[in-house]
Amino acid sequence: MSTADPDGLLARTLREESGLLVARLSRRFGDFDLAEEAVQTAVVEALTSWRRDGAPDRPGAWLQVAAERNALDAVRRGSRQRALAERAPPPEEPRDGTDERLPLLFACCHPALAPEARLALTLRAVVGLTTPQIARAFLVNETALAQRIVRAKRKIVTAGISLTVPPPDQLAERLGDVLRVVYVMFNEGFVSSTGPSQDRDLAADAVWLAGVVATSLPQEAEAWGLAALLTLQHARAGARFDAQGRLVLLRDQDRTAWDPTALAAGEDLLERAATLRSPGRYQLQAAIAACHASAATWAETDWLQIVTLYDLLLAHDPSPVVRLNRAVARAQLGPEQAALALGEVDELADELASYHLFHATRGQLLTELGRSDEADAAHRTALGLTTNDAERRLLLTRLHRHPLEDGS
Amino acid sequence: MKYVLMFTARPDLLASVDPARTEEIYARVYQWFGDNAAHLADSGAELHPVTTATTVKSGDDGPVVVDGPFNEAKEVIGGFSVLDVADMDAAIAIAKTWPQLELPGIAIEIRPMVEDYSQFE
Repeated sequence: MSTADPDGLLARTLREESGLLVARLSRRFGDFDLAEEAVQTAVVEALTSWRRDGAPDRPGAWLQVAAERNALDAVRRGSRQRALAERAPPPEEPRDGTDERLPLLFACCHPALAPEARLALTLRAVVGLTTPQIARAFLVNETALAQRIVRAKRKIVTAGISLTVPPPDQLAERLGDVLRVVYVMFNEGFVSSTGPSQDRDLAADAVWLAGVVATSLPQEAEAWGLAALLTLQHARAGARFDAQGRLVLLRDQDRTAWDPTALAAGEDLLERAATLRSPGRYQLQAAIAACHASAATWAETDWLQIVTLYDLLLAHDPSPVVRLNRAVARAQLGPEQAALALGEVDELADELASYHLFHATRGQLLTELGRSDEADAAHRTALGLTTNDAERRLLLTRLHRHPLEDGS
Repeated sequence: MKYVLMFTARPDLLASVDPARTEEIYARVYQWFGDNAAHLADSGAELHPVTTATTVKSGDDGPVVVDGPFNEAKEVIGGFSVLDVADMDAAIAIAKTWPQLELPGIAIEIRPMVEDYSQFE
């Protein structure tokens, strides 16, 4: 087995295998909590053992043996598990062509679970992250996170949340919950720096999971739309930070550092979504990302097309953040439009007062309109609101840059 | 699995609803019980208004009897039903069809019932 990138290989293996094992052991023992705990323990064992001795020849089989042993140990230990295993319904095989992880994913993203628990549980049970990895990724206290996960898992078992794909009449609503979790997973991973300190790349995991969902539900346009959006965004990952780890905005990115293969794959996914003729917010966001991907420079971008796509997006998602993004695109259409765009941004002041990107965007527009004092004030407000280091550095650079040196 | 559905309402919000509309929806509540008879255990009940509630509380010198509901919340429990269905999704699907959900301030709390006492052994 290749030893070129042991951590990367380890991460991919755990991602590929752990969700499947949780699904299979849940069916076999009729107890999701037991199955998830057994797999999590096996993942922790694998991380220790594989890093020390190198990965085994068949990592998937290794993980399966370890997880099964842990599950059987737990069954022997507890009468509760024995009782559950005895009354468990016969294992139900998933519908043809459905990925075994899909029912598990629907349970982890169930609306009866606390929103903040859904992502953490999905990362652990479906994607194979450990609790310390999740705590590091979200900068949260590990004990509190562990308790949140335990509560959610207990609720799945005690409240009878089944590991099933919802029937067709409930699928659209429930799929929306699943896609939202995958979308948030990507954003959490995308905003934070992907430096060597992190042993799992959440954004890459989200791209992978979006692909699993779309492939399993091939008639769901928005599932393909999300896969397209995340693939297109992730294709730009290599250009988002400079050598010093500073965040580089789209307008300043080195477009030759974008991954052309991934961009092409994203466009294919978007086309696949479009053939289903059921537009939605993720497809429209992907279409906007595709517009950026096909532009040679920021200036040559088809801004009129992008503004039109934002108008369509507003019909699905009239949120202030979408209106803010639309105003940014509109401001690129010329000085007159930029002044009008600033007016639109100012109208969002009440709703977005605590959102750092509102003030950062406003500062950028004010800079472009030559109102540097107001721009500095806006950037300072933004700086006080962001918690992300890379974003803080970017805002500081803007504050200290003389307006005349602004090359945009 | 068995679930208790606790039907709660906000009397302050219901006061502003047209009585004819309340009446019309109430008629459909009977229909709802008929439609879901196969999933309902016998032990449910509709309760008299919260103004009739009496609470027995623990106190330093033994139980104390007081007028009123057990908490000060604006929501009051109007009744409960026991559902026997396959899983949480089935319980949610039935709860969503409760006719009074068309009115403001209505909520249904779903709680799984303890059926397997071996978990406490």
